[in-house]
Amino acid sequence: MGRTIVEKIIGRHGGGDCRAGDVVWMGIDNRTARDFAGASVVANLEQYGGDSPVADPGKTFFTFDCNVPANTIPYAENQQRIREFARDRGIRVYDVDAGIGSHVTIEEGYGLPGTTTVGTDSHLNIMGSVGAFGQGMGDTDIAFAFKTGKVWFEVPPSVRVELQGMPSRGTEAKDVALAMLGRFSGHELLGKSVEVYGPWAEQATLPDCITLSSLATEMGAIIALIPPNGNVLQYFGISREDAVYADPDAEYEAEYTLDIEGLMPMIACPPSPTNVFPVHEMTSVRVDGVFIGSCTNGTYEDLVLTAELLRGRKVAPGVMLKVVPATRTTWSRLLDEGYLKVIFDAGGIISNAGCAGCASGQIGMTGSGEVQVSTSNRNFKGKQGKGETYLAGIGTAVASAVLGRIASVHELWPR
Amino acid sequence: MNKSLVLRGRLWVLRQDGRLFSDIDTDMIFHNAHLAVVEMEKMGQYAFGNLEGYQKFAEMAEPGDLVLAGDNFGSGSSRQHAVDCFKALGVQAVVARSFGAIYKRNAINSGFPVIELPGLPDGLFTHHAIAELDLEKGVLSSGTVSFTGLPMSGVASEIYSAGGLFQYAEHLEGV
Repeated sequence: MGRTIVEKIIGRHGGGDCRAGDVVWMGIDNRTARDFAGASVVANLEQYGGDSPVADPGKTFFTFDCNVPANTIPYAENQQRIREFARDRGIRVYDVDAGIGSHVTIEEGYGLPGTTTVGTDSHLNIMGSVGAFGQGMGDTDIAFAFKTGKVWFEVPPSVRVELQGMPSRGTEAKDVALAMLGRFSGHELLGKSVEVYGPWAEQATLPDCITLSSLATEMGAIIALIPPNGNVLQYFGISREDAVYADPDAEYEAEYTLDIEGLMPMIACPPSPTNVFPVHEMTSVRVDGVFIGSCTNGTYEDLVLTAELLRGRKVAPGVMLKVVPATRTTWSRLLDEGYLKVIFDAGGIISNAGCAGCASGQIGMTGSGEVQVSTSNRNFKGKQGKGETYLAGIGTAVASAVLGRIASVHELWPR
Repeated sequence: MNKSLVLRGRLWVLRQDGRLFSDIDTDMIFHNAHLAVVEMEKMGQYAFGNLEGYQKFAEMAEPGDLVLAGDNFGSGSSRQHAVDCFKALGVQAVVARSFGAIYKRNAINSGFPVIELPGLPDGLFTHHAIAELDLEKGVLSSGTVSFTGLPMSGVASEIYSAGGLFQYAEHLEGV
């Protein structure tokens, strides 16, 4: 019997011929922690780490992305505690300037197809976008991974999702992900490794894959794995032989199909990412703020699209447009190429790279009654303040900022 | 086995609109505004601080209490605070129809029992009644009612008995 992608990746990392349900020790290629929970990882290692708290400093790094630079004293304390621990042990710190750790992990070439990465970020399963394993874990797990290079893991059951057809023009990866969230709102994917197939997955760009896989956590899935397509292989300069694919006779716990032919832009209304509707049904909702960024929609391509849609336009009076590129590398490129100027001139507020509102960070919190359209991934009650958060793609976010109400990108197009 | 595998305590039945509360995410359990807290003893005060109807949980909880919820308890972030806040209050275990994957791991690794009762009907258990939780059998009972779910897995029960992941791994070879 053949094996699924997750069974193969875990198998190559110490799991042997493992199958769903087996509990194995999995070797971890990249062991990371953020400024959030990183200090607790350090505390765990100081308590339990003994004389050699870090197995391999070359495979271990910290990424600061939650509160960057620290705007609260406790975060500043935690970051400094981590820096000192890291300095003493020769561990690299991607500091407050670097941006979102999961994106840095891909950009810096750690998160290659087929690798394993763990860290204190619940969206580290974003590695599914490149056909790699990633998982967010708590500070005990991560401290243990720092010390031993391993974690115990129960091989999750795999399910197969076939996306049939192609979405309509103006519909983005985020809308496809939202369609999946709406379809699987009944905990069908809870605890599963989801493999995504179909023509859309075969043509998706790396940023598209990142957007979709970043929402696996909200689907309740362990990970959403997209088998590396030509775009992803080309990004890393590798061939199919270097990546991991499921066997043709792999066994899935369930197989689903979802028709995305002609899919229109979608939006997740409060209070949950699975509360999904077509954008055109929500156009009477007035907005106070728009947030563009996060690990879900903060790539270079996302922000180029933002700038192109904003070119020659202005943000509606009274609406805040908050823009946060995912990483410093992205920031730099957007700066050099003039895109940030376009966003700025349209009325955008541009902040330094990081997770922003998703972690009570530098930008993006809401007050009671405030309505925010956000390209991020969670809109649970109280998550980003007392306001109401709607989750959408770039086109919807920009159109809403320009028109001062929820709007589809189609409303910006010439008639 | 040096720890009790049958827990007894007052049961908090978390409900929303008359049904067992589902999809309680980590921001409802322990809001991101308090993430910089590192000491476990300071975490208890924030437990369920952002869960509608249960904001006063931390004040009212007593050591030994058990918590019961619906599906997907602890979805969302990887924060261990969302487990440790209950340990800080002396809550003995959380029981739910299902758990978010990361939450379940975090609980297991810190030796905090979580038991899954798939298919549990909404109205079976009474709020604040005394209940008994058998970890080995995966049974929750109270008065004349009981419901059998999934027993604690092998790894979970070994980590629980050892008192945590590091303590458990000390005795393993090749880790």
